Amino acid sequence: MKVSLNKRILNRNDECAQKNKAFFENHGVLCLNVISSPGSGKTTLLSRTILALKNKLKIGVIEGDIKTDTDAAKIRATGAAAVQIETQGACHLSAVQVHDALKQIEAAEKDVIFIENVGNLVCPSAFDLGEKKRVVLLSVPEGDDKPIKYPGTFAGADVILINKMDLIAYIPFDLDRVLTDIRKINPHARVFQVSAATGEGMQQWYDWLCDTIA
Amino acid sequence: MHETAVAQSIIETILVEADKIGKKPIWARISCGQFNALNDEAMQFALDVASQDTPCKGIVLEIRHIPLRASCKRCQNEFEFDIYSGTCPACGSSEFDFVPDAPLLLEEIEFEDEDT
Repeated sequence: MKVSLNKRILNRNDECAQKNKAFFENHGVLCLNVISSPGSGKTTLLSRTILALKNKLKIGVIEGDIKTDTDAAKIRATGAAAVQIETQGACHLSAVQVHDALKQIEAAEKDVIFIENVGNLVCPSAFDLGEKKRVVLLSVPEGDDKPIKYPGTFAGADVILINKMDLIAYIPFDLDRVLTDIRKINPHARVFQVSAATGEGMQQWYDWLCDTIA
Repeated sequence: MHETAVAQSIIETILVEADKIGKKPIWARISCGQFNALNDEAMQFALDVASQDTPCKGIVLEIRHIPLRASCKRCQNEFEFDIYSGTCPACGSSEFDFVPDAPLLLEEIEFEDEDT
């Protein structure tokens, strides 16, 4: 006998994501889910952003990694509150993990919560964490073919940051191709070219962030 | 590797249904879109692992892959999106909106006829 269900598979994650979303809305907190490959500069981006905006905004960070609290320690060094989730092998963060982490950084008191997802261009995009906006990083050394090879992640982005632009003179990277490919799969994303290491181009990202809060 | 998390969710849902019906689940069909696509072989493997020691052991999975559709802003043509071209096949415009990608759905479960 066959039974027809048509039920969402990630139902439990999605329900918790809705709870997180309601929490952020009720407390006027802007939550951003930051996704990229390992090593593309997510932590450097967040550290620099916190240092630039810490007199203006109260920022908290939820860090996701398979092992170690290295990233949370780097964030705490900027003075911001950070909580580390060690996923012990899981390739993405889930809404439940984020929900549990919120209490630990007094999220309700913050203006912005960044969730730095596990470095991975595939799996994190399938899991709604209750964020308001999704930020995807692509760094120049990863190569110009990434948006078209990982369309699911880039299609779901509200903002795409092309990072490590300071290295573009040294690495074969066809910027026009990247911009064309991004337009194909995500015509609506805001795209900023930045270097989180040198600060180049970061002002437009800060402006977007402040405008999105207001 | 998020197949593991997806497989666990599928098994949990099937077990709830199996409990209601009192029969052994032997087959299930799920569907996915293009941006959340799942690999057939990896999913069956993940399901084999997740279903060990449960009444779902040995369950066969079928995945229905639903194409992504887009709607052209210039000529209003709705078309199946091809990532290699990225343009409207009717007018060649690259100005379009995606129709929302299909969600991950557990569509149907088949149970063995005998009671367990």
